[in-house]
Amino acid sequence: MKRVLVLLGMLGSIAPARAQTIAITGGTVHTGSGQTIPNGTVVLRDGKIVAVGSGVGIPADAERIDATGKWVTPGLFHGYSTIGTTLFLSGSVDKVQENRRAGDISASFRVAEGIDPAIMTIPVARLEGITTTVTVPEGGLIPGQAALIDLAGERIDDLVVNPGIAMVAVLTESSKPAGGGSRAGVLERLRLLFRDAREYAKRRPDFRSARIQPLAAPASELEALLPVLDGRQPLLVAANRRSDIESALRLKREFGFRLILTGALEGWTIADQLARNGVPVGLAPLANVPSFDAPRARLDNATLLRKAGVAVFIIQSDHAHYRDLRQAAGNAVRSGMSWEDALAAVTSVPASVFDVADSHGSLRPGRVANVVVWSGDPFELSSQAEHVFIHGREVPRTSRQTELRERYRTLNR
Amino acid sequence: MSHRSSAMVLMGIAVAGCAPARPPAAASTPKVDSAPAARTPVPVSALRPQYPSTYKRRPSAPVVIRNATILTAVGEELPRASIVFADGKVEAVGEAVSVPEGAVEIDGTGKFVTPGIIDDHSHLGVYAAPATAAEADGNEASQAVTADVWAEHSFWPQDPQIPLAIAGGVTVIQVLPGSANLIGGRTVTLRLLPARTVQELKFPGAPYGLKMACGENPKRLHAQTGPSTRMGNMAGYRRAFANAERYRRDWDRWLARPDSTPPGRDLELETLAEVLRGNILVQVHCYRADEMAQMLDLAREFGFRIRAFHHAVEGYKIADLLAAADVASSVWFDWWGIKMEALDGIPENAALLQRAGARVIIHSDSEHTIQRLNQEAGRAMYAGINAGLPVTREQAIRWITINPAWALGIDGVTGSLEPGKSADVVLWSGDPFSVYAKAERVYNEGRLVFDRNDPAHQMQTDFNLGITAPGIDP
Repeated sequence: MKRVLVLLGMLGSIAPARAQTIAITGGTVHTGSGQTIPNGTVVLRDGKIVAVGSGVGIPADAERIDATGKWVTPGLFHGYSTIGTTLFLSGSVDKVQENRRAGDISASFRVAEGIDPAIMTIPVARLEGITTTVTVPEGGLIPGQAALIDLAGERIDDLVVNPGIAMVAVLTESSKPAGGGSRAGVLERLRLLFRDAREYAKRRPDFRSARIQPLAAPASELEALLPVLDGRQPLLVAANRRSDIESALRLKREFGFRLILTGALEGWTIADQLARNGVPVGLAPLANVPSFDAPRARLDNATLLRKAGVAVFIIQSDHAHYRDLRQAAGNAVRSGMSWEDALAAVTSVPASVFDVADSHGSLRPGRVANVVVWSGDPFELSSQAEHVFIHGREVPRTSRQTELRERYRTLNR
Repeated sequence: MSHRSSAMVLMGIAVAGCAPARPPAAASTPKVDSAPAARTPVPVSALRPQYPSTYKRRPSAPVVIRNATILTAVGEELPRASIVFADGKVEAVGEAVSVPEGAVEIDGTGKFVTPGIIDDHSHLGVYAAPATAAEADGNEASQAVTADVWAEHSFWPQDPQIPLAIAGGVTVIQVLPGSANLIGGRTVTLRLLPARTVQELKFPGAPYGLKMACGENPKRLHAQTGPSTRMGNMAGYRRAFANAERYRRDWDRWLARPDSTPPGRDLELETLAEVLRGNILVQVHCYRADEMAQMLDLAREFGFRIRAFHHAVEGYKIADLLAAADVASSVWFDWWGIKMEALDGIPENAALLQRAGARVIIHSDSEHTIQRLNQEAGRAMYAGINAGLPVTREQAIRWITINPAWALGIDGVTGSLEPGKSADVVLWSGDPFSVYAKAERVYNEGRLVFDRNDPAHQMQTDFNLGITAPGIDP
């Protein structure tokens, strides 16, 4: 067990894929980082993007994909999902769920090792052009560490780009039990944890020789929080109500961690403040049903935050609907976001937010060759992903669902 | 007094003066005209009006929308056509229409007009926002058979989800009890409008539905007391309907000669007897193909019809059986994997059912999806097209209008844009099957219930006041 953990921990770079050279020609190339190149060419070699442009030379040995009339984008980057660990959910007779560990403080828990590369949600997500996701732990106050994964490969190590891409914390109605039933209790508990983590870091020898008062969590959990407190690992905080978002900002001021917000249903009410503090937000644009956790949810949250200058990335947080990421982005456009911002919100923005812009989220030389060729506007309901490349290799456009469809295309069986 | 009218009284829809004048209903739609009050020597509660509709159409100015693309849900798509409606009814649809004096003129250039969207599977009002336990009123899970409960008795008209659905172009919904029970209770068909009471929303003349549920939910939720297996589920339905047969016999005998002491009233069996009489439309939550086939046999055993299978995630596997039985399949676009019985859900379900000639409905079962059923139908249509299973816009619009109207037994009154039908109309900013389209105006029986450009025509529930954002984008 320990060995695997260490191994995963060292996986900072993408395993090089042995793949041929591919030239995608003639399409309208949307780089994800703001550029549109009509009649553009994208060249992929050895798992990387090596050239993007309109007058790019095509290597003689390249396999050509004619994308005339098509749209070419980076693979979609889903910044908050449980793809890879979860299928059936609580409430059904059975659960196939690997992203929860009992207890409310699970800082040392990493979902990466629970990923099943063969899980049937992965091909379904890929068929919608999703090539990359932050797969998150759930449950409690600190559910654990999310992993950044690319959605192709047979072994966990093939998928995992970073097994500790972010620490997740929850400041919503659902984490209140961890604070004795109140939000204020939750915040006090977090402060105690963070302080004790620092104390522990300073006095490890005292801890080992039991010359220290009992700490707020086991050493393993405090140890796991240190990268957050010294700014090496962002804290991905789920918060919806304005007061909860402000609590997250307050904690950030007190402890100096890198804050990424998710949910943020009432984010629009303090859009300027979020922009001023440089806090990026991952949100589900369609979440507009009022609750006591966020009575002021509204459909144009993404638009208003973006207008204020907040880095917005789009997620689709409902388990049954991860594949709907591009529909979510399309609906953000429907509610006033610019098309370019919406594309960035599912490609380059999450890549920047999770600090992997040098490898993911845009069509630029040197990036991992996660590329999609679409039949049309990727956000339109009529469009489909015609070619999906992950690590420079085309993934088959099949899933268990397509096999069922073909089996039942004729009923005389 | 005839059998039929007694039965009408028993289903609780006998309300003098509330049934609208109706155009000829589809042959297969149960007739649900009002019935005369029964005369009987003994006072019998069963023969009194049962929770009647108090819905009243609001007077509204005539409207003409010109030069729009009109999807009528009955025929061809009409490019550059006009629609006229007045006094709550569609008067004309076509290229040349005569317009009544004083009509509100709306330029529909570049826009689309469709019938109001009908969602035949909603829990609005019974699982209201803000989703508190105090208002989780959709499942009477205290026992496995609760045919005696009526969804309308849980419905909260101040549910702030209602305005969101209206903004998505929805004019009529069927509210069902949840799927916890083998027999969950009566559904109710409502117009979506601002109202203080559920009675004001009840669709006049609409038959009741009976919610039943197959599979995992009932056996999971009642495992302690039974059923805990699928065969236990089947035994539970059969026991209930066997009792209902006896009950119906007893009552029918008395109704034919109501001069003796009437049989005792049993609210569960009363509802099931109405199913056996064909006056309540059976709506079955069922995922798996083989279980739907079992339910068709159950219906044959007891001599009733199943009107629609809801969710029907595996409908595509038995599309031919469903078409032959003339049972509607009310499906999501692509929900799957949420439990074992949803494992085989595919995006082409609707298209495969359509190709087999089955009656397809796209439903929501969700406070989110109900806001964009046009998109769900669009996705289901394009999933078919992209897999070589052609579906047209004329067909896809039916999935969310006339077909659910049929499942609710109100297709003679609404669900399509034809002269004489209810003016339930949506004006869209563009092709409703585009992700970018918005409902701009929504009319419910001629009344403007939503105007995206005019907050005065955007419903706010009491709950919204002082607490919530409008929730609706400009």
